[in-house]
Amino acid sequence: MKPVHDMGVAELAAALKSRALSSREATQALLSRIATHDPALGAFLHVDADVALARADAADAVLAAGHAGALTGVPIAHKDIYVTADMPTTAGSRMLAGYRSPFDATVVARLNAAGTVGLGKLNCDEFAMGSANENSAYFPAHNPWDRSRVPGGSSGGSAVAVAARLVPGVTGTDTGGSIRQPASFCGITGIKPTYGVCSRYGMIAFASSLDQAGPMARSAEDCALLLAAMSGFDERDATSVNKPPQDFHAQMRAAREGATAAQPLRGLRIGLPREFFPAALSADVNAAVRAGLAELEKLGATLVDLSLPRTELAIPVYYIIAPAEASSNLSRFDGVKFGHRAAKYDDLLDMYKKTRAEGFGEEVKRRIMIGSYVLSHGYYDAYYLQAQKLRRMIADDFQQCFTQCDLIAGPVAPTVAWKHGEGKDDPTQAYLADIFTLPGSLAGLPGMSLPVGTGAGGMPVGLQLIGNYFQEGQLLHAAHALQQATDWHQAAPAGI
Amino acid sequence: MSLTPDDVSRIAHLARLELQPAESAALLGNLNDFFEIVGQMSAVDTAGVEPLYTPLSAIEQVQLRLRDDVVTETNQRELNQRSAPAVEDGLFLVPKVIE
Amino acid sequence: MPTSKLIRGYEVVIGLENHVQLSTQSKIFSGSSTAFGAAPNTQASPVDLALPGTLPVLNRAAVERAIRFGLAVGAKVAPLSIFARKNYFYPDLPKGYQISQFEIPVVQGGAVEFFVGSARHKVNLTRAHLEEDAGKSLHEDYQGMSGIDLNRAGTPLLEIVSEPDMRSGAEAAEYAKTLHALVMWLGICDGNMQEGSFRCDVNVSVRKPGEPFGTRREIKNLNSFRFLVDAVNYEVNWQIDEIEDGRKIQQATVLYNPDTGETRAMRSKEDSADYRYFPDPDLPPLVIAPEWVERVKGEMPELPAVMAARFESADGLPAYDATMMTQSLATARYYEAAKAAGAAPKLVANWVMGEISKRLNASGGEIDAAPVGPALLARLIGRIADGTISNNAARQVFEALWSGEATDVDAVIDAKGLKQVSDTGAIEAILDEVLAANQKSVDEYRAGKDKAFNALVGQAMKATKGKANPALVNELLKKKLG
Repeated sequence: MKPVHDMGVAELAAALKSRALSSREATQALLSRIATHDPALGAFLHVDADVALARADAADAVLAAGHAGALTGVPIAHKDIYVTADMPTTAGSRMLAGYRSPFDATVVARLNAAGTVGLGKLNCDEFAMGSANENSAYFPAHNPWDRSRVPGGSSGGSAVAVAARLVPGVTGTDTGGSIRQPASFCGITGIKPTYGVCSRYGMIAFASSLDQAGPMARSAEDCALLLAAMSGFDERDATSVNKPPQDFHAQMRAAREGATAAQPLRGLRIGLPREFFPAALSADVNAAVRAGLAELEKLGATLVDLSLPRTELAIPVYYIIAPAEASSNLSRFDGVKFGHRAAKYDDLLDMYKKTRAEGFGEEVKRRIMIGSYVLSHGYYDAYYLQAQKLRRMIADDFQQCFTQCDLIAGPVAPTVAWKHGEGKDDPTQAYLADIFTLPGSLAGLPGMSLPVGTGAGGMPVGLQLIGNYFQEGQLLHAAHALQQATDWHQAAPAGI
Repeated sequence: MSLTPDDVSRIAHLARLELQPAESAALLGNLNDFFEIVGQMSAVDTAGVEPLYTPLSAIEQVQLRLRDDVVTETNQRELNQRSAPAVEDGLFLVPKVIE
Repeated sequence: MPTSKLIRGYEVVIGLENHVQLSTQSKIFSGSSTAFGAAPNTQASPVDLALPGTLPVLNRAAVERAIRFGLAVGAKVAPLSIFARKNYFYPDLPKGYQISQFEIPVVQGGAVEFFVGSARHKVNLTRAHLEEDAGKSLHEDYQGMSGIDLNRAGTPLLEIVSEPDMRSGAEAAEYAKTLHALVMWLGICDGNMQEGSFRCDVNVSVRKPGEPFGTRREIKNLNSFRFLVDAVNYEVNWQIDEIEDGRKIQQATVLYNPDTGETRAMRSKEDSADYRYFPDPDLPPLVIAPEWVERVKGEMPELPAVMAARFESADGLPAYDATMMTQSLATARYYEAAKAAGAAPKLVANWVMGEISKRLNASGGEIDAAPVGPALLARLIGRIADGTISNNAARQVFEALWSGEATDVDAVIDAKGLKQVSDTGAIEAILDEVLAANQKSVDEYRAGKDKAFNALVGQAMKATKGKANPALVNELLKKKLG
């Protein structure tokens, strides 16, 4: 039997079901691996062996009784943006140091109910704001492929944990690319489903009309299994789409009409927006993405040139809407009911100001300031309202594209992962690197990142696939087909 | 469009953030850089376009789902207050509120 | 519209904003109970406390009550309305924003009619919208701190905004009373002002007639109609004093202190607060289909205005009486029951507006618990109508019934010997005696002094110890005098 850490979610679930090993054994193996390797990687903010082993034992009982589901006993971990009742939740912030939620996030509860074993909480940029996991108030996370480089963000810890094979699958969140970009930078697979497919209840809100939950793992198949358990209508989220949980794994496997064994993607039209291949796209990323696209063509897909003309506008539009919503969502952090409160203050106003100054990091403050400004009297129409109108135009542009293709493909990010500290001087410049993931986020469309080899410095490159609303099955199917025919997704960083 | 230090103070007050002088200065720079990027957005003609407040309204009329008028919550005060900074007699304590 | 009464040469302009707690079981955005009086924070769920990750889900019953209100005031019920966040920091506002409605409220327009004295008034409504209530601050000293109770946070409110159509404190109070009665009539609010179910904010400004509106100040959280009138009167005079002293009125929010009788500007309100309203991304647009509005319309109780119109046309009541009989559902039921028991409508109305109302105001009781029920009143009225007793005697009987001395009309009449004399022959005999003994009055009457007639009537009543049927006395005396 191969080492536990080399098994993906599906593989491990099968091994557990066949009782080749117990959940306790798997959990212990990974806990020990985390203890050995994570200090140098910074993926975890919190690990709780007792809680994990108790869950593992419960899973083992279910496995022994023969009632196992698709995920019973599989160790995973959760981005620390999801509240958990049995472990602290910090959202990567000092504001919530030691916070203990009285309830579990819906996504967590569903994965718990499916029998997964949560090992701990994963590092992330503070309140999900960032693209490098350097905005975590605790410590940065490091890319396992090259520890002098960032893993991406904001689900940086999540990506690291999977890439370093500390856990086979994790939860992340994606608001402007925070699942897809770290998946790309760390050479793993991640999917952000259509807005509303997963419940946001218990996901600490950053930008309410953009935030979505999604899994990250080492294959599309693993993502499909996790997403199936995570997704589905939740009455506690008014933006939750009224669809029952879907069997994404079955959708992933379902053969296309007209497909053959050699050409499983026959008839699939993949659109390539020319704006996704600008001059600024680095050559190494372009090469890897083209290689990925070539493989898709071999499998029967047709590549179609098209245009998403307002791609660049997605940057100001997103960076107006997201901070605006965030500035309001973060007002609840006021030192009154939970979280940090300043130790010294003169009066109520002073308490508010010091508490929030002490509890929030620089990037969070920056976005609160931007957000408050664009909503303020006299600026609302020019900024916020204008941005929401452009947002509709961008969504309409996608609908136009989908009359000519079934999926849209392109890079996830303009470059591979950069070195620590490089993004820090000019935060505004860093926003520009989100250009390829933002449009899909604004439209609420499902998007995936899957590894297609390496670029500069041997760093991973991700291929982005964007589907139309509720086409997660089609995305997973295409990704799975690619991963059956290639082995990019099986590469692992050396030395771990 | 250029922000001034007064703008920064006003917004910081609205957002209840105490900023150190160095922070304020840095933020002023960040905000002005940011609004440079945003400038291109204003030029686009959006006449007659409805804002997209929730993404799925791009393809359908999204309606607010309602819940039935039933009491579903029980008293969980201890649990809900376990991360509170200051509690006494079940009340959250704050610096005196002067009206 | 009646012309405004000026105060010291100034016209008073008043608009009201009423916050009405809707009588739902659970809160507007969470499943917590709305019951009053629970121990602090025992009805405050994670959603109410704004714990990280919580989200709002709208209570259907709150919307239904808003629809009912909109229909009752002849407003437009918006087929699509939007919830917006009103952002500000305050300890009783857990999220740091209130979910309210801004640009597109659920109810638009409408009007409320009522009487001030005998003059009919109509106040137009701007809008009514749904929002959540905040929690409470308790200022008992906790080592210099305030205690925050979030039980009330999330209670559904309907904020009803009037146009600045009112021109006096009295008018504002009558408007508020009418609105108060209406929301209770509709069953959408329990109207308990002590518990804060119905709150009044009053916007007051003054101007010289013909000039544009002056700057207004807002008197917040009045929970008594008496205080409303007093507060407005104080505020008006304060504003006039300021203006006469050469100072400009600054927009402000003020509180009324019933002990001192003064209004004073609040300190903590954000100066020209920038609430940064934007549509709440957690709540898609509220769609109210015509079918829903129709169903609510079908289930509505007959509205007071409609019922009053019916009393006017079918029962011949004057408009004022009809309005009084529809002040509350209980009053209307009482009136209808007395009518059904055979009493003449106008007489029932007179008794309800007079003797019953007087006693209820003094005792603070409700008409549906009145010691004299509709059937009993009808019997009493019957005895006046059939000439058994006079009006004066009836009042004595009524008092006996109300105080619980007796429960039967005829028994009281007998016991107190109140039966009036209606025997024509007996009265004629007495009149003959009175005329004989009062020649002077007879002559004066013949000379044209009508007052002399009354004097003769008085003598006749005295002679019968008040028991003569007054109407008969009048009739027979007239005949005798020719």
